[in-house]
Amino acid sequence: MLVNWYRRTVVDPSLAGRTFPPTAPHDVTADHVRAFAEATGTPWAEGDPAPPTYPIVVAFAAMQDLMHDPEVGIELRNVIHGEQRFAYRRPVATGDVLTATLTVDSLRQIGGADIIGTTSAVTDADGAPVCTAKATLVHTAGTA
Amino acid sequence: MTPEAGTELPTQTYTVTRADLVAYAAASGDHNPIHQDEEVARAVGLPGVIAHGMYTLALAARAADTWAGAPGRVVELGAKFTKPVVVPAGDDGVEVVVAGVVKKVDDGLTTVGMTVTCGDDKVLGMPTAVLRG
Repeated sequence: MLVNWYRRTVVDPSLAGRTFPPTAPHDVTADHVRAFAEATGTPWAEGDPAPPTYPIVVAFAAMQDLMHDPEVGIELRNVIHGEQRFAYRRPVATGDVLTATLTVDSLRQIGGADIIGTTSAVTDADGAPVCTAKATLVHTAGTA
Repeated sequence: MTPEAGTELPTQTYTVTRADLVAYAAASGDHNPIHQDEEVARAVGLPGVIAHGMYTLALAARAADTWAGAPGRVVELGAKFTKPVVVPAGDDGVEVVVAGVVKKVDDGLTTVGMTVTCGDDKVLGMPTAVLRG
């Protein structure tokens, strides 16, 4: 199988700059925020804003859409989250309906790993910005 | 908070268990098996099951909320994920320690530089939070 003689690059370099469709709307319910907060032991009472990293829920959905894209096709288990930054316009509140729209900012290959820089714009039901979530994903070929 | 640059904030110590990672996977939607399954984690070259990087960043955020005195005051948060937090099986888990120093106070915004460690390892690179108020 000649195809295995070289590791194909994860994504065509032309994908840099591509913006993916918005993720499915995510309802921010009290039950879900509570579960997210409890998992990290974060004190939370109904009416409180969601914990700061909560928008990763929609940002991660956007990253999964990227990974599952037929032109990308990488497995989550071969991906390391290299860096994550959030800049908030406002806290997330229960009742929000959030979507994330991911743009591939950059693609690099370093030492056999693919470094994918992404920015997800997280917006509410009105399309107003809530936060920006920048993620760097590091893909290695894995053992498969 | 009314700190000045150089102020050391109270260090926060948190415990992470495998059960926490299962709960976090369910809540966050990140079901990467390296955070659940010892065999998969080792197969990809990790020393064992590791916490989601976002789990550790959530702990840094938890400390930031504590220092801010109220939730909803974090306006920026970020870090590099430099070393894995290896979480052993069992109820004891592993401790993650979040220390913070005020770097800058400017126009109502407080920039906090953090040091997040697990054992002897700094597990986050340049973890930083900017707090309002």
